[in-house]
Amino acid sequence: MSTTTENEQLAYIASQAADARVNVEVETDEGMTLNLGPQHPATHGTLRIIAKLDGEKVVTAEPIMGYMHRGYEKLTEVRTYPQVTTLINRIDWLGSFANEVPFILAAEQLMEVEAPPRAQWIRTILFELSRIANVCLFLGDMAVQVGATTPVFYAFRDREFVLNQIERVTGGRFHPNFDRIGGLKDDLPKGWIEETRGALERMKSFCDEMEELVLGNEIFQARTRNIGVIPGDVALSYGLSGANLRASGVDWDIRRDANVGLVYDQVDWKVWTHPDGDSFARFWVRLQETREACNIIDQLLGSIPSGPIMAKVPRIIKVPAGEAYVATENPLGEMGYYVVSKGDLTPFRVKIRSASFSNMSITPWILKDVFVPDIISILASLYFILGDIDR
Amino acid sequence: MIELLALNPSWWQETFLIKVPIGLLAVLLPAGTIVYLYLFKAISFMQSRLGPMEAGPYGSLQLLAEVGKWIQKEDIFPSKADKFVFAAAPFVVLMSTFLLVVVIPAGPDALFVDLDAGIYLAMAVSSVSVIGILMAGWSSANKYSLLGGIRAAGQLIAYELPLILAVVGVVIQAGTMNMQGIVLAQAEGEILGWGGIGNPFILTQFIGFFIFMIAVQAELTQAPFDMPVAESELVTGYLTEYSGIRFLLFFIGEFASAGVFSAIAAVLFFGGWYVPGIDAGSQVFNVIGPLVLATKTMLIAFLIFWFRFTFPRFREDQLQRLAWKFLIPLSLANIAITGVLKVAV
Amino acid sequence: MAEIPEHLLKRAQAARENAETNQPTSDQAPSETIEADSAVAVIEEEIPETDERAEEILNQILEGLGETVLTSHIAPGRGLWIRVSSDNWRQTAEFLKDELDCKFFDWLSVIDWMPSPYGRELETEQDIEPEQDTNEPEQMEWGYTGGDTRFQLICRLYSISNAAGIMIKADLDDQSPRVLSLIPVYPGANWHEREAREMFGVTFDEHPDLRNIYLPGDFEGHPLRKDYPLLSRRMKPWPGIVDVEAMPGEEK
Repeated sequence: MSTTTENEQLAYIASQAADARVNVEVETDEGMTLNLGPQHPATHGTLRIIAKLDGEKVVTAEPIMGYMHRGYEKLTEVRTYPQVTTLINRIDWLGSFANEVPFILAAEQLMEVEAPPRAQWIRTILFELSRIANVCLFLGDMAVQVGATTPVFYAFRDREFVLNQIERVTGGRFHPNFDRIGGLKDDLPKGWIEETRGALERMKSFCDEMEELVLGNEIFQARTRNIGVIPGDVALSYGLSGANLRASGVDWDIRRDANVGLVYDQVDWKVWTHPDGDSFARFWVRLQETREACNIIDQLLGSIPSGPIMAKVPRIIKVPAGEAYVATENPLGEMGYYVVSKGDLTPFRVKIRSASFSNMSITPWILKDVFVPDIISILASLYFILGDIDR
Repeated sequence: MIELLALNPSWWQETFLIKVPIGLLAVLLPAGTIVYLYLFKAISFMQSRLGPMEAGPYGSLQLLAEVGKWIQKEDIFPSKADKFVFAAAPFVVLMSTFLLVVVIPAGPDALFVDLDAGIYLAMAVSSVSVIGILMAGWSSANKYSLLGGIRAAGQLIAYELPLILAVVGVVIQAGTMNMQGIVLAQAEGEILGWGGIGNPFILTQFIGFFIFMIAVQAELTQAPFDMPVAESELVTGYLTEYSGIRFLLFFIGEFASAGVFSAIAAVLFFGGWYVPGIDAGSQVFNVIGPLVLATKTMLIAFLIFWFRFTFPRFREDQLQRLAWKFLIPLSLANIAITGVLKVAV
Repeated sequence: MAEIPEHLLKRAQAARENAETNQPTSDQAPSETIEADSAVAVIEEEIPETDERAEEILNQILEGLGETVLTSHIAPGRGLWIRVSSDNWRQTAEFLKDELDCKFFDWLSVIDWMPSPYGRELETEQDIEPEQDTNEPEQMEWGYTGGDTRFQLICRLYSISNAAGIMIKADLDDQSPRVLSLIPVYPGANWHEREAREMFGVTFDEHPDLRNIYLPGDFEGHPLRKDYPLLSRRMKPWPGIVDVEAMPGEEK
């Protein structure tokens, strides 16, 4: 009897000790493993990061994706070309219209169709509007990731004006499915141009507000300056694109240097770069690009040509055999579609080059010897959308 | 203040029927006001939204609804938690808040205890909440909680020092550590021979006030010093595993401490219950004193929440650097200057 | 197996016949010129017949790599494709990075050129089982630059100074596709190669960490291969088949 009690006591003590070990793995030499995600307030989506910590210092960090993998590359093989746009709307769900454009342009290239000028103009305007809607949220979100709660409310408030304009044309706020091979589904509604100018005014004042509230804040600068520095060479070899690349001092913008099918050459605008390559530079470049997008739209709104919005395309779309790769400068970076056609109703193979996938592939390199709070601010400044990583 | 009511209660009657309810009221009422006025409303207006509008007129009963919600919720213990410590932690935090209110005078006779070393007690007791937070972080069996708890410990210890050093200037000028004495020193003081508004120490101790408010912000773990709860990094830090009534206790502790620290700041720098124009010895202050003090408290609490919703968060090492390399030298300089002037003038 | 309502099948059938009768017009359509408003400033960039820039770059590549470039293709205004053997894969990338300043690693993937054994899935009500008795598979057709084997590795590199993107292709072995990893040249190839490994079963030698990137670790099969069935299509008929509806006024 007494032995059982003693055994029970010993077992109890042992289990308590074991619990204590499991609870907190601080006494091991390898340090503590911190699992951020897939459910975590800062990963906006289902990204998971396994960080090995030494105190609060990160030894290694390994991102794990795939919680949202939807297999779009496989699914496109059993969809007709017009049906594919419905799928790819959902890749980067914040910049939805921008997702459709490169695919449609690739299909148009293979069919040797060119959209009429009016459609090209409207495409470019909508493309830039979705950039604003997308990056606007980044500007607020970056602040909330470093702990300032208020800017994100301003971002959501002012993004509505842009989303309303997108909705007024396309009927959809996030998944417009509006681009067609050879043109667009519909023309602009009446009075839209004036309303859009109003929304742009709103966005410009929002950018000023963000510059004062976030960019000029000393704590924000302390949290982002010299944090997560990516040199230009490294950025290129990891395939970083978009604002992340330009924040590393690489002066490359697909809109200017490799433009296909959109009318950026009709506009007087500027590519912004920043030499530092840190989180602050990425924020700064995106802020300037939002302003620049307002400027581009402003100019385009004044010069929309009249004419049809649809080129002549057959009702049943069969794309001639061939291969085409078209990339555009999406809000998150370079997004491209490599379309292989065999002359069928469906693409034979579609390779989706999404910006966030390459942008995030640098995280194991960059998340070394930083502090836990820096994980969050660096990830936020790299700006990824989970759907854009997982596709 | 009991004498005012013309009663002659026994000791236990005085304690349990009068002092404890008034003490609860003195803690919970400012806390509730702060939550509704600032956390729900003022901040909503700053963020261009309305805040709660449904419960009661202008959402004024929202807090009651929230409290009801929390009380109903299941009180969850993580399976690997150290249950006793886990359960006790919120009470330790709350206890330190309640002990703080004991030394704050709200009128010439309206006070709980008149300690000679009142402000010393306040500073000592305020440190106790660190233990509660560390207990919560450790016992939750959660790495986020642990990190949050350790961050809180490091932060609170670092900012205890500037907090106390900022008070030292006031104590030197007032010549007493008694809170009542500090109020009277301000009420009876003169500015260059003119005694019209007394001599609120904010005028001479503005550096002290500046340091005190930064340190209070850190003590309360409000942004920009909210790393222990940093919701975008550590989920909610040491609060991660708490739910239901225990979370409510932490919540009350947080906002009640905000109220109590604001009240201490009001006493130290803004003359406490005193308003110019009425003789400081007048019995009137026993009635209007609490109201005056509450008003001053709320104005100072507004500052805390204004900062909270404006600034981003520091990083842990930056916070320590700010404390040790900037605030502590500054407060020491402040003490030196105050001391020299006290002797010289 | 869910039944498809009779009327939907009929409509689909009619639509399909419609499509077949429309066939000739669809071939003509691209060649028809677009009638644009003459008063409007139309950007008329004629697609050039020849692309001198691409040819220049191709000549540079041919000079440097010589025999290792098996075939090449220039689509005027659209890009440049070269095909090398898989043994020269890394070497080609190194050359392009060093000599042509292709510092930007764009993407890497694989194309499975085998025609799907499940037929043209879009036009069937439900998937056809692979026909076991016919040993004659459909003829494989390769795209630009041709090919020899089923799996073709494709990688796009971009040179910012030359403003030119170059597609490199390499044929891989049918049975055990393997190739040297590009990580020493472009660290960014890491995730792309992991994706290609899990989706196509291509082994990348000298890759430090060839785990699955999207799929669970114990996932069997390589989903993007053409012989990997799309299971949801086999469980129930594809509702999209009725999407091609007759326009109002048209014959059903």
